[in-house]
Amino acid sequence: MRIFLTLLRRELGGYFASFSGYVVIASVQLLLGLSFYSLVSVLNQEGSETPLAEFFYETLYFWLILLMATPVITMRTFALEKYSGTYETLMTAPVGDVPVVLAKFLGALGFYMVMWTPLFGCLWVIRQLTGDPTALESGTAAGTVLGILLLGCVYISLGCFASSLTHSQIIAAMTSFAVGVGLYLLSFLAPSVSTLPGWFPKVLKQMSMMEHMREFVRGVVDTRHVVYYLSITVFFLFLNCKAVESRRWK
Amino acid sequence: MNLPQDGGGGFIDEPQAAEMSTSWMIEVEDLTKRYGGHTAIDELCFKVARGEIVGFLGPNGAGKSTTMRILSSFMPATSGTARVGGFDVFHEPDEVRRRIGYMPENNPLHTDMRVREYLKFRARLKGLLGGRARDRVDVVLGQCGLEEVSGKVIGHLSKGYRQRVGLADALVHEPELIILDEPTIGLDPNQIRSVRQLIKDLSVKHTVLLSTHILPEVEMTCSRVLILNQGKILAADTTLNLQRMVSGGGQVVAEIAAPERDLRACWEGSPEVLEFNLSPMDGDYIRCALTPRDGVDLRPVVFDLTVKHGWKLRDLGRNRHSLEDIFVHLTRATREEEEG
Repeated sequence: MRIFLTLLRRELGGYFASFSGYVVIASVQLLLGLSFYSLVSVLNQEGSETPLAEFFYETLYFWLILLMATPVITMRTFALEKYSGTYETLMTAPVGDVPVVLAKFLGALGFYMVMWTPLFGCLWVIRQLTGDPTALESGTAAGTVLGILLLGCVYISLGCFASSLTHSQIIAAMTSFAVGVGLYLLSFLAPSVSTLPGWFPKVLKQMSMMEHMREFVRGVVDTRHVVYYLSITVFFLFLNCKAVESRRWK
Repeated sequence: MNLPQDGGGGFIDEPQAAEMSTSWMIEVEDLTKRYGGHTAIDELCFKVARGEIVGFLGPNGAGKSTTMRILSSFMPATSGTARVGGFDVFHEPDEVRRRIGYMPENNPLHTDMRVREYLKFRARLKGLLGGRARDRVDVVLGQCGLEEVSGKVIGHLSKGYRQRVGLADALVHEPELIILDEPTIGLDPNQIRSVRQLIKDLSVKHTVLLSTHILPEVEMTCSRVLILNQGKILAADTTLNLQRMVSGGGQVVAEIAAPERDLRACWEGSPEVLEFNLSPMDGDYIRCALTPRDGVDLRPVVFDLTVKHGWKLRDLGRNRHSLEDIFVHLTRATREEEEG
């Protein structure tokens, strides 16, 4: 456990010691700022009944941040270590494969959550400006955080897995971006095939990321969605462990 | 020539071997590693006793790094067994890793960290607790001469200092065995000298296995050499024995000013000299290359003879073969064997 915490600290520290960490934070800040601006301009024109979090979630910015930032955050996890050779010093230290995978995953997830903190500042400012406490209730806020966290789990675990397959950070980022966007686009595929008979449209509807997220921003925490996100995460983490272990198969 | 083909019995006397059988640091038996169709190492057998400094010598691609990676349990072998401190590298990797300090080729480091921070991270990773980790980091910083750069970012250090950071990392948890893959590659002569001295100092407490393709390096630092070529061990012995083996038992070269006829008669009449070869040099001097019978040291004999005859002697020395000669000799021998 102590070794795991040492690894986790190093992973988190690595983000803040590296240039790419700050670039990610700055880019996300910019996108959040733009989304804040568009939110304010919409609210200035007409009143709305929609809760603020859902308002934000409906904009493209949320998905843009999620799909763009997660590959950039996770691309370094394994690929950089493999490229620089420190993977060999890491894996010849008395550390198991699972703690390494979990520490890298949780480190990236921690950084991802830090990256989102300005969002709550934005929402709080709007709430202050509108003077309406119901615009952002603590329940919806908590639901949104949980939703962002769970979606992050899925995309971060995907990114870590992609990174463990290659020596190149670029390839890692491209792979996780392509698969990530693919997963996201399934949400749009679902309505268009809903008229088809059989099980296919039903499965697609269940796999839709957006559908699952919508409930969270309304403040509804449904265990089905939690289980859905967590099982995808566990699946990718399992693949990640196998990829790390695969050096012993060759 | 009769070369010991496996490292097991060739260099340690039997009674000594029996006594030490429980204290082998490394035991490798029939170790083979294949990548695809390529065989990187082929049925390697050798043993290393505790406290030895053993040099792995071979050209690039001989299988040195592969063997070291298997020993550090980074990757498994295709077949065969390897044990470090009595623990199997494949079945008990954690026990093995706790006992070794491994510095891979090109010495990879986290270049974004500071020296002390990095060493503390590595110490904790290797299971040292807070206070103990701090103490050990201080010790290795001193041992490797890193105190003055302990606060610097590793990426900003010179190659020599980085190499020392790698060594300090390998040492930090006081491992029984230190495995260093090409520890002096890319360093300038001064840095090489200081790193070699450091490695020599380590032998007091640790067993060291180092690889290199630079011949004088093993000659200077190692007590024993394993010569590796194309995944096989060509020879395993002390540097001294290897020299003796190739030079045919201490050839002596003398430059003497004397009539060639007298010299010829003199060497023919001397029972200690098995073979001789004379070549005229500048002035009256003649270069005599003398091969002794039964490995006798011919130098006093030569000296006595020149004094007796009143000849002038300007140079007298034993022809010491460098490892380079041995290496060329051995690799050529195997090549000829293959072709023949």
